[in-house]
Amino acid sequence: MKTTVKKTALASLIGAGLAIGGVVNASDDPVKLGLMLPYTGTYAALGEAITNGLELAIARHGDQLGGRSVEYVKLDSEANPSRAPQNMSRLVRGDNVDFVIGPVHSGVAMGMLRVAQQTGAITIIPNAGLGAATNELCMPNVFRTSFSMWQDSYPMGKVAYDRGHRRVVTITWDYAGGKEDIAGFEQAFTEEGGEILQQILVPFPSTEFQSYLAQIGSLRPDAVYTFFAGGGGVSFVRDYAASGLKDSIQLLGSGFLTDGNLAAIGEAGEGVLTTLHYAETLDTPQNRAFVEAYQAAYGDMPDTYAVQGYDTGMMLVQAMEAVGGDTSDQDRLITALSNIQLDSPRGPLAFSDSHHPIQNVYLREIRNGRHEVVGIAHENLEVPDEACNM
Amino acid sequence: MDLAFFSVQLLNGLQYGLLLFLIASGLTLIFGIMGIINLAHGAMYMIGAYLVYDLTFRLGSFWLAILAAIPVAIALGLIIERLFLDTLYKRDHLYQVLLTFGLILVLNEAQRIIWGGDVHSVPVPELFSGRIQLTDNLQYSHYRLFVMGVCLALAGVIYWVIRHTRLGIIIRAGAVNRDMVEGLGINVRTLFTLIFSVGVALTAFAGMIAAPLTSIAPGMGDSILITCFVVVVIGGIGSIKGAFWGAILIGMAETFGSVLIPSLASMVIYLIMAAVLLVKPRGLFA
Repeated sequence: MKTTVKKTALASLIGAGLAIGGVVNASDDPVKLGLMLPYTGTYAALGEAITNGLELAIARHGDQLGGRSVEYVKLDSEANPSRAPQNMSRLVRGDNVDFVIGPVHSGVAMGMLRVAQQTGAITIIPNAGLGAATNELCMPNVFRTSFSMWQDSYPMGKVAYDRGHRRVVTITWDYAGGKEDIAGFEQAFTEEGGEILQQILVPFPSTEFQSYLAQIGSLRPDAVYTFFAGGGGVSFVRDYAASGLKDSIQLLGSGFLTDGNLAAIGEAGEGVLTTLHYAETLDTPQNRAFVEAYQAAYGDMPDTYAVQGYDTGMMLVQAMEAVGGDTSDQDRLITALSNIQLDSPRGPLAFSDSHHPIQNVYLREIRNGRHEVVGIAHENLEVPDEACNM
Repeated sequence: MDLAFFSVQLLNGLQYGLLLFLIASGLTLIFGIMGIINLAHGAMYMIGAYLVYDLTFRLGSFWLAILAAIPVAIALGLIIERLFLDTLYKRDHLYQVLLTFGLILVLNEAQRIIWGGDVHSVPVPELFSGRIQLTDNLQYSHYRLFVMGVCLALAGVIYWVIRHTRLGIIIRAGAVNRDMVEGLGINVRTLFTLIFSVGVALTAFAGMIAAPLTSIAPGMGDSILITCFVVVVIGGIGSIKGAFWGAILIGMAETFGSVLIPSLASMVIYLIMAAVLLVKPRGLFA
């Protein structure tokens, strides 16, 4: 039932796209897009949002790439790192896809990157934020349209200092993603002259925070910076408010702390400050148009993941247009992809030499259960990629 | 560590321990007394939390939701025991492991189909929404105190039923020698169905009462499963008293361990289990 509604909505969008896009060249061979995303399990919602965004972007441009029709090959990654190399090989060698789009999960990304290196398959990462993908492990055929943990948290360091906070406690789960995130904050905050009183690492995926909250209470920092996601994010923000700490100590966090969690967090979230490369309330013509089109097609508000999928689609649209639909010359295709500049719903988007987005990071405050954009925390932020030599 | 901080952590450890006891109590009945290895214990805890989330919004009251959810949990236990477990008692433990592992997958997927992949929460009920002031910047919610009271009361009731009632005697006897008790004219099959359903209901009830204190998310039960087995094993298999003190011990160890020796935080409960089993291989109260 749901699919039918979606298809009809898409069809009308395709019509609109055709009208704008003009003549579409017919070609025998469709462009094959291999989607390696989680469609079941904990991350299924993310996989779906990315797919929706991607399909919307392509549908809005006449459901074609460089004049060729598009075939989607969807493979459920199950967010399972151990199956990643095998899954990716199947898409590249078995299905002969022209582009691989995925994954959501950083562990899966590690497995995919290995195959991307062996096969040279053009891979666009629409989420996974591990720093290495566009630094130590960067390669010409790999692009990322999302973020790195560092990119979203680094700007908060200056924001915290400018707001008068000098002594901060950081707390996250003891795993790579969490540690990369708070490292970005700590770097910027100490560069400004602030002091990190203590870095608290909670065993993953524990959501039992009482003893840590007591510890924070006795340390008496000016502010707390945190990264938790999903259920952990909801629990931490609610427990932090229930412990009364919120009344005296400002809570700062990565945008992922509260993204998609606002309803579950409820009142406890009011006043929490986060930084992220997108906010659904961003008041720009590009974002308003995107939100409207997304809602018309799927009935939901788009989230950060949908935008990342959408921009992946826009990259493909523009790059394929630039090469006239010819996927045979890979170097030309890679050059076209690296030169892309997007007028994205999240703001201007360009790519660094390591193929990572150069983008704005926004400061957002939760007011009345919405992420209100307070300002740009860091404009056109480029991530460090000294270890990348390609 | 000053006295105030120490006292706050003591309270946190006690509260966590009591909640752990409640979560593990169902496992003590099912695993400890009946000898069934129920890997789906965590999934049943999760189902309890989701039921109360769903019903709180349907019925408009957290208390009504709990009242309505308990019969559902008992029914779930009944169905699982009669349809699946009943045929496996005479077989090797491996069959129970396979069956209950399958149940994890089925219950997790059922959760996703019914309630989706989003994270939810249940608001703290109005009656206990107040907080007491612990230190100048730390408060403690009345609801946490209430949960402690409920856990203590339930611990008392379970202990009393098992130790001091005729039903308790039959349960203990049935666990030791099923055939003999049957020979004495007692319907052990019904008895086992009853214990299993009560065990499932207790586990689900723990999920219900913990719901306002935690976030309700897919897979939320997976991480508590191991901790519960540790509690039951430390306490001594089959001992309610053991599960109680085992839970308090683990609660304290996690609370103090995570602050005092953070580098060992994720290992501390296993270190304690190893230490206890070295000294008392059958657990503290076996």
